[in-house]
Amino acid sequence: MIRIEGLSHAIGGSPILHDIDLTLPEGGVTALIGPNGAGKSTLLSLIARLQKIQAGRITVGGQEVGRTSDRDLARTLAVMAQSTHVSARLSVADLVSFGRYPWHRGRPGAIDRDHVEQALTRFDLLALRHRFLDEISGGQRQRAFVAMAYAQDTPYLLLDEPLNNLDIAAARDLMGLVRDMADRDGRTVVIVLHDINYATGFADRLVVLKDGRIAAQGQPAQIVTEALLRDVFGTSATVETLQGRPYVVV
Amino acid sequence: MRLAGAALLSGLWLLSLAIGAADQSLADLFLTPEGRALMLESRLPRTVAAVLAGVGLAMSGQVMQVLARNRFIEPMTAGAGQSAALGVLLCTLVLPGAAIGVKMAAAALCALAGSLGLMALIRPLPPTQPLLVPLVALVYGGVIGAVVTFVAYQGNMMQFLGTWLTGELSGVLRGRYELLWIGAVASGATYLIADRLSLLSLGEDAARALGLNVGLVTAAAVAAISVVTAMIVVTLGAIPFVGLVVPNLVARLAGDNLRRALPLTALAGAILVLAADILGRVIRAPYEVPVATTIAVIGATAFVVMLNRGRTRA
Ligand SMILES: Nc1ncnc2c1ncn2[C@@H]1O[C@H](COP(=O)(O)OP(=O)(O)O)[C@@H](O)[C@H]1O
Ligand SMILES: [Mg+2]
Repeated sequence: MIRIEGLSHAIGGSPILHDIDLTLPEGGVTALIGPNGAGKSTLLSLIARLQKIQAGRITVGGQEVGRTSDRDLARTLAVMAQSTHVSARLSVADLVSFGRYPWHRGRPGAIDRDHVEQALTRFDLLALRHRFLDEISGGQRQRAFVAMAYAQDTPYLLLDEPLNNLDIAAARDLMGLVRDMADRDGRTVVIVLHDINYATGFADRLVVLKDGRIAAQGQPAQIVTEALLRDVFGTSATVETLQGRPYVVV
Repeated sequence: MRLAGAALLSGLWLLSLAIGAADQSLADLFLTPEGRALMLESRLPRTVAAVLAGVGLAMSGQVMQVLARNRFIEPMTAGAGQSAALGVLLCTLVLPGAAIGVKMAAAALCALAGSLGLMALIRPLPPTQPLLVPLVALVYGGVIGAVVTFVAYQGNMMQFLGTWLTGELSGVLRGRYELLWIGAVASGATYLIADRLSLLSLGEDAARALGLNVGLVTAAAVAAISVVTAMIVVTLGAIPFVGLVVPNLVARLAGDNLRRALPLTALAGAILVLAADILGRVIRAPYEVPVATTIAVIGATAFVVMLNRGRTRA
């Protein structure tokens, strides 16, 4: 369970998040949506202790962020940041193996190699393992980064817009793999998504953020309405229901 | 690749032992007493010094490139080298009779301060503008270099400056190069933390999310780089380019995972410096061209070729 209580955050004097209370239950996929600049990445980076918490409290699986060592938290929570700019020439296999660091602390063993193989297999990266990250497509690169987070083998996974720049096939494949991590491995996934239709199509729960506040949360069918699109996203789009899930007609 | 490199290095090693002002055959060097003396006093130390310097320069270049998350930077020209020279100079002016150990410590401390200053300067630069880092480093190194010149001028030391700042191996004798072993130990230490350093190339946040103690690893690496640079400047003088060209070449072939790359970098650095020194010894014998000069020529050429290849590939 991820529990957030009274979380507020300001950057350079301007408030970004306002007194957020949020509880995300164990398991399943939670999509974090909201307009650009709503504070989704900030919220994720606070949960992942990449920024210091200014006010409020966050616990992940009972461990309090900010009081738990980086090392322990790295075995509880994996995070894939929004911008994954890597200047170094690393191979796909190198990158995925870095995900094992919290467990081996510099001395990889047979178990770690097993996990890396598993991640490469599951994310269909075996044929690309020796390729450098700057020699593969954007979709393959995103997949490699998610595979690295998967190899970290943590019960909680935070992904910030992993579908950026992906074509429809790559995006659907990746969402399928994310879904699988929740369904097959019982991991708790929090994913920031840009496209509401991907959120309603793949997530169990939505959390909608606007101007640093939670505007709505719940199951997609209850949340995604024309009123929400108007009030939160400022656009008047039609919402249709298909197979019990709401879809935004764009 | 490693085998070929090792064979090449061995060949150069023998060649380096065989050439010199005194005409001695390789067999004489081992068999006659005068030969053995020459070898132990001068040729072996010189050869060892070239190899150690090459290893240290290349490895510290690669480590700094990981820390800076930028390919176009190396400690010798980015402030650490100049700071080390400043340390030696100040030490000579303030404590003229100081033991070599004191000079060494002064150089290492100044190099450390210089490297930390650089890291602080480049840290806020955006990774999306990769040319800013070498630009800032160049200016920074230039400013410290100017301070060195100013201090030398004030202290009437200008005539020493040229000798110091141009790295050369001709003065290497037994008893006068052993500090380089300290640099070699510091280089070796960076290999021990190679996996941790590689994580840093993902960026500070991603490294911390994996549980890495980013501050500690960075501090250890900066300290190691500074010691290596200082030992080379104190013993031989400044040798630019090795730390830039070699890691770039190795990254092209073997990537940046340091556990795999650092040994290759060390090997290639040793080959480059030893080859450059041999070339400098034979090119206008009996006179010598300083190793820093030969390397500047080889290094600049190699770098231009490399950049060009990179462009056609990309
Ligand atoms: N480093 C920063 N400095 C100043 N403002 C920032 C910084 N990072 C984010 N912000 C501001 O915080 C707000 C929320 O940003 P972010 O969390 O990235 O939003 P989202 O991920 O929802 O698009 C935005 O208004 C953005 O301008
Ligand atoms: Mg964002």
